[in-house]
Amino acid sequence: MTAVGSKCRVCKAPAVIDLPRHNAHFCAEHLQQLCRRQVAKAIDEFDMFTPDDRLLVAVSGGKDSLAVWDLLIEAGYQADGLYIGLGIGEYSTDSGGYARRFADERNLTLLTIDLRDDYGYDVPTAAKATGRVPCSACGLSKRRLFDQAARDGGYDVVVTGHNLDDEAAVLFGNTLRWDVDYLARQLPVLPAANGFPKKAKPLVRLTEREMAAWCLVRGIDYVVEECPIAAGNRHLSYKESLNAIEATSPGAKASFYLGFLERMAPLLAGRSAAAAGDLNDCTRCGAPTTGDVCAFCRLVEKAGAHDPVPVEMVLTRGRRR
Amino acid sequence: MKVLLRNPRREVEFSGSRSVNRLLDELQLSREAHLVICNGTLVPGDAVLGDDDQIEVRPVISGGAT
Repeated sequence: MTAVGSKCRVCKAPAVIDLPRHNAHFCAEHLQQLCRRQVAKAIDEFDMFTPDDRLLVAVSGGKDSLAVWDLLIEAGYQADGLYIGLGIGEYSTDSGGYARRFADERNLTLLTIDLRDDYGYDVPTAAKATGRVPCSACGLSKRRLFDQAARDGGYDVVVTGHNLDDEAAVLFGNTLRWDVDYLARQLPVLPAANGFPKKAKPLVRLTEREMAAWCLVRGIDYVVEECPIAAGNRHLSYKESLNAIEATSPGAKASFYLGFLERMAPLLAGRSAAAAGDLNDCTRCGAPTTGDVCAFCRLVEKAGAHDPVPVEMVLTRGRRR
Repeated sequence: MKVLLRNPRREVEFSGSRSVNRLLDELQLSREAHLVICNGTLVPGDAVLGDDDQIEVRPVISGGAT
């Protein structure tokens, strides 16, 4: 490299990253300081959990889940991980390897579930058998299994690595559709209710670029390749749109999402409580559901009876850069 | 300079020094959606990359909607 770039705003050492939304550059040490402060602020501001709580981190092997696990352990929280093998070909094999290596190297507890071995299906097969979009079958499976593992293991809170970009993109989609019930539930912490465990998203004040940088400066290896099924989905197109706005208006994503939490979410609070009412116990598994048999049990029944489907069969759109 | 790109993984070659931001612009990649690693070290947008450097342009956007 022929010349280094700008200096860190805090200590004037050579910077490793520019963060236009903060109008600043940071060195590795002060980037970490910024991330730690933003996570601590989110945990405190939204009353997510305390050091006495047992946390179950949803671990995918990607940057966000490994970063949030790292941040929580570093801050002294009791956090175990849960990895779910989704059966998405080589991508799942690789991502599981990253999750296991992260846990092994730090002597952390990583629980594992394999959809094919433990429930008789995988995500490509579930998508084909049920006619669901693959990301929908994947999300349903993960939510249900994380909830169950938290209840079975006596965990107080399920923690996910959703970051500011994830939340802003979901908010963007919900707003485009004016889906008021989803908007009312789009909060960084959801209390335990109706048989569902408490859920928290400590990374909501940090972008994916900041989380990838956290992993790089901390020496955390994670699966860089994009999920081959998610490539081209609507959620990613919302992220691209928001990044185009961010390029000309730094801070727009944070303003959009954090402004929603501060000024709009309180107006929708009553709607969220009303939408959560009237749940029954699933007649098969006992999980909360609006009908007799929950969506997960219906998915397991259909997908488990279907011949295994290779991942290539559900790749309907081309890979993207 | 050799530049490693992802999704799909491939390598391209550029000659002549240039800034990180200029490299991303030439590749038509969003600065908000990528990090650049030079010889194993994360570098900011105004760092200047030289001919002999090993570069990785790493995308940071990931995930489904859940």
